Amino acid sequence: MSMLRIFDIAGSAVSAQSQRLNVVASNLANADTVAGPDGSAYRARQVVFQTALMGSAGREGDATAGVRVSTISEDTRPGRRLHDPKHPGADAEGYVTYSNVNPVEEMVNMISASRSYQNNVEVMNTARSLLLKTLQIGQS
Amino acid sequence: MIARLTESLDFHSQALMLRAERQRLIAGNIANADTPGYQARDFDFAAALRAATGRTDGIASSVMHAGGRLSPALRYAVPSQTSLDNNTVDMDRERSAFADNAVKYESTLRFINGSVRTMLDAMKSHNQA
Repeated sequence: MSMLRIFDIAGSAVSAQSQRLNVVASNLANADTVAGPDGSAYRARQVVFQTALMGSAGREGDATAGVRVSTISEDTRPGRRLHDPKHPGADAEGYVTYSNVNPVEEMVNMISASRSYQNNVEVMNTARSLLLKTLQIGQS
Repeated sequence: MIARLTESLDFHSQALMLRAERQRLIAGNIANADTPGYQARDFDFAAALRAATGRTDGIASSVMHAGGRLSPALRYAVPSQTSLDNNTVDMDRERSAFADNAVKYESTLRFINGSVRTMLDAMKSHNQA
């Protein structure tokens, strides 16, 4: 039953997208984190998606392509620096280093992840109703 | 009579299997909508069905019965808009193809149900009705 595979595919996509949403939530939560004593603030993280072959791979017809998160990469851009000598986290020159999270990028990322999540949930719902109807072949 | 019904049932079951195959393929495309470098794939349903049911004119090789499963020749989608990460999934196209394929899967199911019911009716004795 190749239709049953749809749940694997859409399920892998849903879990990958929810991981992306998790990372976005963590980035947004740390948007205003300042650098600790070691001088390095929180760095924004991004998930990297990769096509994952599911089932017996190798045969061309078995091209069941799910998704998985291959790596979570850290943004290497320098964090924002603000001059605020009264801040307890300020360094010797009076600058406070914030995290390098860009809230606008994160919001866009969040909307994209949420749309993709919804798409895959709908794929699963459609596959489910088709399979249930297939089970009723011959019944009146 | 029965032979013709079986033939029709066979045709529709091939069509149903190909529809399920296509549904799976499109689900894979939708799942990979955000994967960098992923190339969307699809197959020519009409050609695959022609080949699967033996009503072929020289394209029999496009469908191979690999271990009892249909595996039609896959083609790569031509992107309507290029993207920076080389992903060629067009979500609008995939969504519409998915909905279209779901409706056609269901109609094939109804054809099968109709044939089954016809056969069941033919098998009933007249005083049973």
